[in-house]
Amino acid sequence: MRFSGFRVIKEALTGHKGWKPLWRNPEPQASYDIVIVGGGGHGLATAYYLAKTFGKARIAVLEKGWLGSGNIGRNTTIIRSNYMLPGNEPFYEFSMKLWENLEQEFNFNAMVSQRGILNLLHTDAQRDAFRRRGNAMLLAGADAELLDQAGVRAMYPWLNFDNARFPIKGGLLQRRAGTARHDGVAWGYARGADERGVDLIQNCEVTGFRIENGRVRGVETSRGYIAAGKVGVAVAGSSGRVMEKAGMRLPIESHVLQAFVSEGLKPTIPGVITFGAGHFYVSQSDKGGLVFGGDIDGYNSYAQRGNIPVIEDVAEGGMALMPMIGRARLLRVWGGIMDMSMDGSPFIDRTPVEGLYLNAGWCYGGFKATPASGYSFAHLIATDTPHDTARAYRLDRFRRGYAIDEKGMGAQPNLH
Amino acid sequence: MLIPHPLLGLRDAQEFTYLGDARLIDRPNGMAENAAEAFHDYVYLRDNPAGVHRELWFHEQGDRSWLIVTRDTTTHEILGAELARDVALTRRGALSEGGAQA
Repeated sequence: MRFSGFRVIKEALTGHKGWKPLWRNPEPQASYDIVIVGGGGHGLATAYYLAKTFGKARIAVLEKGWLGSGNIGRNTTIIRSNYMLPGNEPFYEFSMKLWENLEQEFNFNAMVSQRGILNLLHTDAQRDAFRRRGNAMLLAGADAELLDQAGVRAMYPWLNFDNARFPIKGGLLQRRAGTARHDGVAWGYARGADERGVDLIQNCEVTGFRIENGRVRGVETSRGYIAAGKVGVAVAGSSGRVMEKAGMRLPIESHVLQAFVSEGLKPTIPGVITFGAGHFYVSQSDKGGLVFGGDIDGYNSYAQRGNIPVIEDVAEGGMALMPMIGRARLLRVWGGIMDMSMDGSPFIDRTPVEGLYLNAGWCYGGFKATPASGYSFAHLIATDTPHDTARAYRLDRFRRGYAIDEKGMGAQPNLH
Repeated sequence: MLIPHPLLGLRDAQEFTYLGDARLIDRPNGMAENAAEAFHDYVYLRDNPAGVHRELWFHEQGDRSWLIVTRDTTTHEILGAELARDVALTRRGALSEGGAQA
Protein backbone atom coordinates (compact mmCIF):
# COMPACT_ATOMS: atom_id res chain seq x y z
CA MET A 1 0.00 0.00 0.00
CA ARG A 2 1.60 3.26 -1.12
CA PHE A 3 0.63 6.63 0.30
CA SER A 4 0.09 9.52 -2.09
CA GLY A 5 -2.05 12.61 -2.52
CA PHE A 6 -4.13 10.71 -5.08
CA ARG A 7 -4.69 7.93 -2.54
CA VAL A 8 -5.92 10.39 0.10
CA ILE A 9 -8.47 11.86 -2.34
CA LYS A 10 -9.61 8.41 -3.47
CA GLU A 11 -10.11 7.25 0.12
CA ALA A 12 -11.94 10.45 0.98
CA LEU A 13 -14.39 9.80 -1.85
CA THR A 14 -14.91 6.13 -0.94
CA GLY A 15 -15.50 6.48 2.79
CA HIS A 16 -11.95 5.69 3.97
CA LYS A 17 -12.64 1.97 3.73
CA GLY A 18 -9.38 1.10 1.97
CA TRP A 19 -6.87 1.94 4.74
CA LYS A 20 -5.12 -1.09 6.20
CA PRO A 21 -3.09 -1.53 9.40
CA LEU A 22 0.48 -0.38 8.81
CA TRP A 23 2.04 -3.64 9.99
CA ARG A 24 1.15 -7.22 10.86
CA ASN A 25 1.20 -8.51 14.41
CA PRO A 26 2.93 -11.87 13.96
CA GLU A 27 3.59 -14.64 16.47
CA PRO A 28 7.30 -15.12 17.14
CA GLN A 29 8.94 -17.94 15.18
CA ALA A 30 11.33 -20.42 16.83
CA SER A 31 14.39 -18.93 15.20
CA TYR A 32 15.63 -15.98 13.14
CA ASP A 33 18.87 -15.04 11.43
CA ILE A 34 18.88 -11.66 13.13
CA VAL A 35 17.01 -10.53 16.25
CA ILE A 36 16.91 -6.83 17.13
CA VAL A 37 16.07 -6.15 20.79
CA GLY A 38 14.12 -2.92 21.14
CA GLY A 39 11.29 -1.68 18.92
CA GLY A 40 12.04 2.01 19.20
CA GLY A 41 13.34 4.35 16.55
CA HIS A 42 16.85 2.94 16.37
CA GLY A 43 15.77 -0.72 16.49
CA LEU A 44 13.10 -0.27 13.82
CA ALA A 45 15.45 1.74 11.61
CA THR A 46 18.08 -1.01 11.99
CA ALA A 47 15.61 -3.68 10.92
CA TYR A 48 14.45 -1.52 8.01
CA TYR A 49 17.96 -0.95 6.62
CA LEU A 50 18.96 -4.59 7.25
CA ALA A 51 16.05 -5.73 5.09
CA LYS A 52 16.12 -2.99 2.49
CA THR A 53 19.73 -1.92 2.02
CA PHE A 54 21.62 -5.00 3.15
CA GLY A 55 19.17 -7.56 1.73
CA LYS A 56 18.87 -9.60 4.92
CA ALA A 57 15.88 -11.87 5.64
CA ARG A 58 14.48 -13.72 8.66
CA ILE A 59 14.68 -10.68 10.93
CA ALA A 60 12.64 -10.00 14.08
CA VAL A 61 12.33 -6.93 16.26
CA LEU A 62 11.40 -7.75 19.88
CA GLU A 63 9.73 -4.97 21.83
CA LYS A 64 8.84 -5.14 25.53
CA GLY A 65 5.85 -2.81 25.22
CA TRP A 66 4.38 -1.41 22.02
CA LEU A 67 6.37 -0.07 19.07
CA GLY A 68 7.81 3.37 19.69
CA SER A 69 6.79 3.47 23.36
CA GLY A 70 10.16 4.63 24.64
CA ASN A 71 12.23 7.68 23.81
CA ILE A 72 11.16 7.88 20.15
CA GLY A 73 7.74 8.85 21.54
CA ARG A 74 9.10 11.13 24.26
CA ASN A 75 11.67 13.42 22.69
CA THR A 76 11.41 17.04 21.53
CA THR A 77 11.73 16.11 17.82
CA ILE A 78 14.84 18.13 16.91
CA ILE A 79 17.08 17.05 14.05
CA ARG A 80 20.46 18.72 13.51
CA SER A 81 24.11 18.07 12.74
CA ASN A 82 25.86 20.84 14.65
CA TYR A 83 28.54 18.81 16.41
CA MET A 84 32.24 19.55 16.31
CA LEU A 85 34.51 16.55 16.90
CA PRO A 86 35.72 14.40 14.00
CA GLY A 87 34.23 11.25 15.59
CA ASN A 88 30.78 12.82 15.76
CA GLU A 89 30.13 15.41 13.06
CA PRO A 90 30.40 13.21 9.93
CA PHE A 91 28.00 10.73 11.55
CA TYR A 92 25.38 13.35 12.40
CA GLU A 93 25.73 14.95 8.97
CA PHE A 94 25.17 11.51 7.41
CA SER A 95 22.02 11.34 9.55
CA MET A 96 20.95 14.81 8.41
CA LYS A 97 21.28 13.74 4.78
CA LEU A 98 19.18 10.63 5.47
CA TRP A 99 16.53 12.85 7.11
CA GLU A 100 16.37 15.01 4.00
CA ASN A 101 15.22 12.06 1.88
CA LEU A 102 13.52 10.01 4.57
CA GLU A 103 9.90 10.50 3.55
CA GLN A 104 10.55 9.61 -0.10
CA GLU A 105 12.69 6.72 1.10
CA PHE A 106 10.01 5.01 3.18
CA ASN A 107 6.88 6.61 1.66
CA PHE A 108 5.53 7.90 4.93
CA ASN A 109 4.88 11.40 6.19
CA ALA A 110 7.42 12.02 8.95
CA MET A 111 6.80 15.79 8.74
CA VAL A 112 10.50 16.54 8.36
CA SER A 113 10.70 20.33 8.54
CA GLN A 114 14.05 22.06 7.97
CA ARG A 115 13.16 25.16 9.90
CA GLY A 116 16.66 25.87 11.22
CA ILE A 117 18.26 25.71 14.63
CA LEU A 118 19.85 28.73 16.28
CA ASN A 119 22.33 28.36 19.17
CA LEU A 120 22.52 31.69 20.99
CA LEU A 121 25.83 33.19 22.14
CA HIS A 122 26.48 35.82 24.78
CA THR A 123 30.24 36.44 25.02
CA ASP A 124 33.29 36.89 22.81
CA ALA A 125 34.68 33.57 24.00
CA GLN A 126 31.46 31.83 23.04
CA ARG A 127 31.54 33.48 19.62
CA ASP A 128 35.04 32.09 19.08
CA ALA A 129 33.88 28.63 20.16
CA PHE A 130 30.85 28.77 17.86
CA ARG A 131 32.95 29.99 14.95
CA ARG A 132 35.23 27.01 15.46
CA ARG A 133 32.25 24.66 15.68
CA GLY A 134 30.71 26.18 12.56
CA ASN A 135 33.96 25.70 10.66
CA ALA A 136 34.13 22.07 11.83
CA MET A 137 30.58 21.59 10.55
CA LEU A 138 31.45 23.10 7.17
CA LEU A 139 34.50 20.84 6.90
CA ALA A 140 32.23 17.80 7.41
CA GLY A 141 29.90 18.95 4.64
CA ALA A 142 27.21 20.43 6.87
CA ASP A 143 25.96 24.03 6.75
CA ALA A 144 26.57 26.69 9.37
CA GLU A 145 26.23 30.45 9.61
CA LEU A 146 27.47 32.74 12.35
CA LEU A 147 24.93 35.49 13.01
CA ASP A 148 25.62 38.78 14.73
CA GLN A 149 23.08 40.39 17.03
CA ALA A 150 21.31 42.13 14.14
CA GLY A 151 21.01 38.80 12.37
CA VAL A 152 19.37 37.20 15.39
CA ARG A 153 17.14 40.25 15.88
CA ALA A 154 15.90 39.95 12.29
CA MET A 155 14.80 36.35 12.94
CA TYR A 156 13.51 36.66 16.50
CA PRO A 157 12.85 40.32 17.40
CA TRP A 158 11.00 39.36 20.60
CA LEU A 159 13.92 37.65 22.35
CA ASN A 160 15.22 39.32 25.50
CA PHE A 161 18.44 40.75 24.05
CA ASP A 162 19.30 42.81 27.12
CA ASN A 163 19.28 40.15 29.81
CA ALA A 164 21.72 41.40 32.46
CA ARG A 165 23.53 38.08 32.84
CA PHE A 166 23.33 36.67 29.29
CA PRO A 167 22.74 39.47 26.74
CA ILE A 168 22.29 37.96 23.27
CA LYS A 169 25.23 38.89 21.02
CA GLY A 170 24.59 36.53 18.11
CA GLY A 171 24.19 32.88 17.31
CA LEU A 172 25.24 29.87 15.28
CA LEU A 173 22.56 28.98 12.75
CA GLN A 174 22.15 25.68 10.93
CA ARG A 175 19.39 26.24 8.38
CA ARG A 176 19.12 22.59 7.31
CA ALA A 177 18.34 21.49 10.87
CA GLY A 178 14.77 21.42 12.14
CA THR A 179 12.17 19.04 13.49
CA ALA A 180 10.42 15.82 12.51
CA ARG A 181 7.27 14.07 13.67
CA HIS A 182 8.83 11.60 16.13
CA ASP A 183 6.06 8.96 16.10
CA GLY A 184 5.84 9.19 12.32
CA VAL A 185 9.51 8.25 12.11
CA ALA A 186 8.94 5.09 14.17
CA TRP A 187 5.80 4.19 12.23
CA GLY A 188 7.44 4.81 8.86
CA TYR A 189 10.38 2.55 9.67
CA ALA A 190 8.08 -0.07 11.23
CA ARG A 191 5.84 -0.15 8.17
CA GLY A 192 8.82 -0.28 5.81
CA ALA A 193 10.42 -3.12 7.76
CA ASP A 194 7.16 -5.07 7.98
CA GLU A 195 6.60 -4.72 4.22
CA ARG A 196 9.98 -6.36 3.68
CA GLY A 197 9.09 -9.35 5.88
CA VAL A 198 10.53 -8.27 9.24
CA ASP A 199 8.50 -9.69 12.16
CA LEU A 200 7.70 -6.87 14.60
CA ILE A 201 6.88 -8.67 17.84
CA GLN A 202 5.35 -6.50 20.53
CA ASN A 203 4.80 -7.28 24.22
CA CYS A 204 7.82 -9.56 24.09
CA GLU A 205 10.39 -8.74 26.76
CA VAL A 206 13.89 -10.16 26.52
CA THR A 207 14.63 -11.72 29.90
CA GLY A 208 18.03 -13.23 29.12
CA PHE A 209 20.58 -14.22 26.52
CA ARG A 210 21.60 -17.80 25.76
CA ILE A 211 25.36 -17.69 25.36
CA GLU A 212 27.44 -20.82 24.63
CA ASN A 213 31.23 -20.87 24.27
CA GLY A 214 31.33 -17.09 24.01
CA ARG A 215 28.77 -16.99 21.21
CA VAL A 216 25.17 -15.83 21.45
CA ARG A 217 22.65 -18.53 20.45
CA GLY A 218 19.39 -16.75 21.10
CA VAL A 219 17.30 -14.82 23.58
CA GLU A 220 14.97 -15.88 26.38
CA THR A 221 11.80 -13.83 26.21
CA SER A 222 8.49 -13.48 28.00
CA ARG A 223 7.05 -15.34 25.00
CA GLY A 224 9.55 -18.20 25.04
CA TYR A 225 13.02 -18.90 23.69
CA ILE A 226 13.92 -17.48 20.29
CA ALA A 227 17.06 -18.73 18.58
CA ALA A 228 19.11 -16.20 16.64
CA GLY A 229 22.23 -16.14 14.51
CA LYS A 230 22.96 -12.55 15.51
CA VAL A 231 21.43 -10.32 18.16
CA GLY A 232 21.51 -6.52 18.06
CA VAL A 233 20.51 -4.59 21.18
CA ALA A 234 19.10 -1.06 20.70
CA VAL A 235 17.33 -0.28 23.97
CA ALA A 236 18.77 3.11 24.95
CA GLY A 237 17.65 4.09 28.42
CA SER A 238 17.63 0.44 29.48
CA SER A 239 20.98 -0.60 27.99
CA GLY A 240 22.57 -1.17 31.39
CA ARG A 241 19.70 -3.31 32.57
CA VAL A 242 19.55 -5.45 29.38
CA MET A 243 23.29 -5.93 28.87
CA GLU A 244 23.66 -6.97 32.51
CA LYS A 245 21.81 -10.12 31.42
CA ALA A 246 24.71 -10.79 29.05
CA GLY A 247 27.17 -10.26 31.90
CA MET A 248 28.35 -6.82 30.77
CA ARG A 249 28.89 -3.59 32.69
CA LEU A 250 28.67 -0.52 30.48
CA PRO A 251 30.17 2.98 30.56
CA ILE A 252 26.61 4.27 30.96
CA GLU A 253 24.33 5.65 33.67
CA SER A 254 20.57 5.96 33.14
CA HIS A 255 19.22 9.45 33.84
CA VAL A 256 15.83 11.12 33.50
CA LEU A 257 15.27 14.06 31.13
CA GLN A 258 12.05 16.04 31.22
CA ALA A 259 10.25 17.71 28.33
CA PHE A 260 7.41 20.21 28.22
CA VAL A 261 4.58 21.32 25.96
CA SER A 262 2.47 24.45 26.35
CA GLU A 263 -1.08 24.98 25.19
CA GLY A 264 -1.51 25.59 21.46
CA LEU A 265 -0.60 29.13 20.39
CA LYS A 266 -0.61 31.02 17.12
CA PRO A 267 2.59 30.70 15.05
CA THR A 268 5.33 32.46 17.02
CA ILE A 269 8.60 30.56 16.72
CA PRO A 270 9.49 29.59 13.15
CA GLY A 271 12.57 27.54 14.06
CA VAL A 272 14.39 25.96 16.99
CA ILE A 273 16.19 28.19 19.51
CA THR A 274 18.69 26.92 22.05
CA PHE A 275 19.77 29.02 25.01
CA GLY A 276 22.54 26.81 26.35
CA ALA A 277 23.71 29.31 28.96
CA GLY A 278 20.22 29.34 30.47
CA HIS A 279 19.67 25.58 30.12
CA PHE A 280 16.66 26.05 27.85
CA TYR A 281 15.63 25.30 24.27
CA VAL A 282 12.32 25.76 22.49
CA SER A 283 10.49 25.19 19.23
CA GLN A 284 6.84 25.29 18.22
CA SER A 285 4.99 22.23 17.00
CA ASP A 286 2.73 22.35 13.96
CA LYS A 287 -0.23 22.11 16.36
CA GLY A 288 0.97 25.32 18.00
CA GLY A 289 2.29 24.04 21.32
CA LEU A 290 5.64 25.35 22.47
CA VAL A 291 7.89 22.30 22.87
CA PHE A 292 10.73 22.98 25.27
CA GLY A 293 13.18 21.50 27.71
CA GLY A 294 16.41 21.95 29.60
CA ASP A 295 18.82 19.84 31.62
CA ILE A 296 18.56 16.28 32.83
CA ASP A 297 17.56 15.96 36.47
CA GLY A 298 21.07 14.76 37.25
CA TYR A 299 20.65 11.57 39.29
CA ASN A 300 20.33 7.94 38.18
CA SER A 301 16.73 7.15 37.33
CA TYR A 302 14.54 4.67 35.51
CA ALA A 303 11.31 6.37 36.61
CA GLN A 304 10.32 8.10 33.30
CA ARG A 305 9.34 11.13 35.34
CA GLY A 306 11.36 13.89 36.94
CA ASN A 307 11.08 16.30 39.85
CA ILE A 308 9.86 19.85 40.42
CA PRO A 309 13.23 21.69 40.76
CA VAL A 310 14.13 21.04 37.11
CA ILE A 311 10.70 22.23 36.00
CA GLU A 312 11.35 25.44 37.92
CA ASP A 313 14.83 25.74 36.39
CA VAL A 314 13.50 25.27 32.84
CA ALA A 315 10.71 27.79 33.46
CA GLU A 316 13.29 30.33 34.69
CA GLY A 317 15.37 29.76 31.55
CA GLY A 318 12.31 30.32 29.40
CA MET A 319 11.38 33.51 31.22
CA ALA A 320 14.93 34.85 30.87
CA LEU A 321 14.99 34.21 27.12
CA MET A 322 11.45 35.11 26.10
CA PRO A 323 9.41 36.75 28.86
CA MET A 324 6.20 36.30 26.85
CA ILE A 325 6.35 32.57 27.61
CA GLY A 326 5.07 33.48 31.08
CA ARG A 327 1.62 34.00 29.57
CA ALA A 328 1.48 30.48 28.13
CA ARG A 329 0.05 27.69 30.20
CA LEU A 330 1.99 24.47 30.56
CA LEU A 331 -0.01 21.58 29.18
CA ARG A 332 2.15 18.53 29.76
CA VAL A 333 5.43 17.51 31.39
CA TRP A 334 6.94 14.08 30.96
CA GLY A 335 10.23 12.26 31.38
CA GLY A 336 12.29 9.79 29.41
CA ILE A 337 15.28 7.68 30.39
CA MET A 338 18.62 8.55 28.81
CA ASP A 339 21.68 6.36 28.38
CA MET A 340 24.18 8.93 29.66
CA SER A 341 27.62 7.74 28.56
CA MET A 342 30.98 8.63 30.05
CA ASP A 343 31.92 11.07 27.27
CA GLY A 344 28.49 12.12 26.01
CA SER A 345 28.87 10.10 22.81
CA PRO A 346 27.19 6.84 21.74
CA PHE A 347 28.30 3.28 21.05
CA ILE A 348 27.68 1.21 17.91
CA ASP A 349 29.92 -1.79 18.31
CA ARG A 350 30.43 -5.50 18.66
CA THR A 351 30.58 -6.87 22.21
CA PRO A 352 32.93 -9.47 23.74
CA VAL A 353 30.15 -12.01 23.04
CA GLU A 354 30.36 -13.18 19.43
CA GLY A 355 27.21 -12.38 17.46
CA LEU A 356 25.97 -9.86 20.04
CA TYR A 357 26.00 -6.21 18.96
CA LEU A 358 25.25 -3.08 20.95
CA ASN A 359 23.75 0.27 19.98
CA ALA A 360 23.58 2.48 23.10
CA GLY A 361 24.70 5.57 24.96
CA TRP A 362 22.76 8.21 23.01
CA CYS A 363 22.49 10.56 25.99
CA TYR A 364 19.70 13.06 25.23
CA GLY A 365 20.56 13.27 21.51
CA GLY A 366 19.32 10.00 20.08
CA PHE A 367 16.35 11.18 18.04
CA LYS A 368 18.32 13.14 15.43
CA ALA A 369 20.61 10.14 15.04
CA THR A 370 17.81 7.66 14.31
CA PRO A 371 18.38 7.19 10.54
CA ALA A 372 22.20 7.05 10.69
CA SER A 373 22.14 4.94 13.85
CA GLY A 374 19.85 2.39 12.19
CA TYR A 375 21.89 2.44 8.98
CA SER A 376 25.24 2.11 10.76
CA PHE A 377 24.02 -0.59 13.13
CA ALA A 378 22.57 -2.54 10.20
CA HIS A 379 25.91 -2.12 8.39
CA LEU A 380 27.77 -3.48 11.42
CA ILE A 381 25.44 -6.45 11.90
CA ALA A 382 25.31 -7.31 8.20
CA THR A 383 28.99 -6.93 7.32
CA ASP A 384 30.76 -7.17 10.70
CA THR A 385 32.57 -3.94 9.87
CA PRO A 386 31.62 -0.48 11.18
CA HIS A 387 30.08 2.09 8.87
CA ASP A 388 32.63 4.75 7.91
CA THR A 389 30.92 7.50 9.90
CA ALA A 390 30.48 5.35 13.04
CA ARG A 391 34.03 4.05 13.40
CA ALA A 392 34.72 6.08 16.52
CA TYR A 393 31.77 4.69 18.49
CA ARG A 394 33.73 1.80 19.99
CA LEU A 395 32.98 0.33 23.40
CA ASP A 396 36.68 0.12 24.30
CA ARG A 397 37.51 3.73 23.43
CA PHE A 398 38.05 4.74 27.08
CA ARG A 399 40.55 1.95 27.57
CA ARG A 400 42.44 3.13 24.47
CA GLY A 401 42.20 6.83 25.35
CA TYR A 402 39.89 7.83 22.49
CA ALA A 403 36.94 9.36 24.33
CA ILE A 404 34.73 11.63 22.17
CA ASP A 405 34.02 14.29 24.76
CA GLU A 406 32.15 17.01 22.86
CA LYS A 407 31.68 19.15 26.00
CA GLY A 408 34.98 18.34 27.69
CA MET A 409 33.31 17.27 30.93
CA GLY A 410 35.19 14.04 31.66
CA ALA A 411 33.72 10.80 32.95
CA GLN A 412 30.80 12.43 34.77
CA PRO A 413 27.63 11.38 32.89
CA ASN A 414 25.27 13.91 34.47
CA LEU A 415 27.38 16.81 33.14
CA HIS A 416 27.23 15.83 29.46
CA MET B 1 13.27 14.69 46.94
CA LEU B 2 14.14 15.07 50.60
CA ILE B 3 17.34 13.51 51.89
CA PRO B 4 17.42 12.46 55.57
CA HIS B 5 20.81 13.90 56.53
CA PRO B 6 22.18 11.96 59.55
CA LEU B 7 23.16 15.20 61.34
CA LEU B 8 20.79 17.84 59.92
CA GLY B 9 17.53 15.97 59.38
CA LEU B 10 15.44 16.20 56.22
CA ARG B 11 17.14 18.41 53.61
CA ASP B 12 16.01 19.32 50.09
CA ALA B 13 17.97 17.37 47.46
CA GLN B 14 18.57 20.71 45.70
CA GLU B 15 21.13 21.56 48.38
CA PHE B 16 23.23 18.60 47.19
CA THR B 17 25.44 17.86 44.21
CA TYR B 18 25.18 14.35 42.77
CA LEU B 19 28.28 12.32 42.00
CA GLY B 20 27.04 8.77 41.34
CA ASP B 21 27.50 5.15 42.37
CA ALA B 22 28.80 4.80 45.95
CA ARG B 23 31.39 2.30 44.72
CA LEU B 24 33.41 5.39 43.73
CA ILE B 25 34.71 5.47 47.33
CA ASP B 26 36.45 2.13 46.66
CA ARG B 27 39.41 3.61 44.84
CA PRO B 28 41.67 0.88 43.40
CA ASN B 29 45.27 0.46 44.48
CA GLY B 30 47.36 2.49 42.05
CA MET B 31 50.45 0.41 42.77
CA ALA B 32 48.82 -2.94 41.98
CA GLU B 33 49.86 -5.03 38.97
CA ASN B 34 46.49 -4.56 37.25
CA ALA B 35 46.12 -0.86 38.18
CA ALA B 36 45.43 0.38 34.63
CA GLU B 37 42.63 -2.13 34.12
CA ALA B 38 41.24 -1.57 37.63
CA PHE B 39 41.18 2.21 37.13
CA HIS B 40 39.47 1.85 33.75
CA ASP B 41 36.69 -0.13 35.37
CA TYR B 42 36.57 2.24 38.36
CA VAL B 43 36.37 5.43 36.30
CA TYR B 44 34.25 4.32 33.34
CA LEU B 45 32.03 1.32 34.15
CA ARG B 46 28.84 1.36 36.21
CA ASP B 47 26.35 -1.23 37.49
CA ASN B 48 23.47 1.19 36.75
CA PRO B 49 20.74 -0.87 38.47
CA ALA B 50 17.00 -0.36 38.07
CA GLY B 51 15.95 -0.49 41.72
CA VAL B 52 17.92 0.10 44.91
CA HIS B 53 21.03 2.19 44.25
CA ARG B 54 23.66 3.41 46.73
CA GLU B 55 25.04 6.74 45.58
CA LEU B 56 27.22 9.68 46.64
CA TRP B 57 25.63 13.08 47.27
CA PHE B 58 27.67 16.11 48.38
CA HIS B 59 25.94 18.61 50.69
CA GLU B 60 27.39 21.57 48.82
CA GLN B 61 24.88 24.17 50.01
CA GLY B 62 24.92 22.78 53.55
CA ASP B 63 27.56 21.28 55.83
CA ARG B 64 29.70 20.10 52.87
CA SER B 65 29.62 16.49 54.00
CA TRP B 66 29.53 13.56 51.60
CA LEU B 67 26.56 11.23 52.08
CA ILE B 68 25.83 7.77 50.82
CA VAL B 69 22.15 7.83 49.97
CA THR B 70 20.21 4.64 49.30
CA ARG B 71 17.52 5.37 46.74
CA ASP B 72 15.20 3.42 44.45
CA THR B 73 15.92 4.49 40.86
CA THR B 74 12.52 3.28 39.66
CA THR B 75 10.47 5.35 42.13
CA HIS B 76 12.94 8.02 43.46
CA GLU B 77 12.04 6.85 47.00
CA ILE B 78 14.91 7.54 49.39
CA LEU B 79 15.49 4.60 51.72
CA GLY B 80 18.27 5.99 53.90
CA ALA B 81 21.37 8.15 54.17
CA GLU B 82 24.70 7.73 55.98
CA LEU B 83 27.82 9.85 56.23
CA ALA B 84 30.23 8.54 53.58
CA ARG B 85 33.05 9.08 56.09
CA ASP B 86 31.44 6.66 58.57
CA VAL B 87 30.96 4.06 55.84
CA ALA B 88 34.57 4.40 54.68
CA LEU B 89 35.97 4.22 58.23
CA THR B 90 33.82 1.21 59.13
CA ARG B 91 34.99 -0.51 55.97
CA ARG B 92 38.63 0.28 56.69
CA GLY B 93 38.16 -1.06 60.24
CA ALA B 94 36.65 -4.27 58.87
CA LEU B 95 39.49 -4.62 56.37
CA SER B 96 42.24 -4.16 58.99
CA GLU B 97 40.48 -6.61 61.37
CA GLY B 98 40.31 -9.09 58.53
CA GLY B 99 43.97 -8.41 57.84
CA ALA B 100 44.89 -9.03 61.49
CA GLN B 101 43.08 -12.36 61.48
CA ALA B 102 44.86 -13.41 58.30
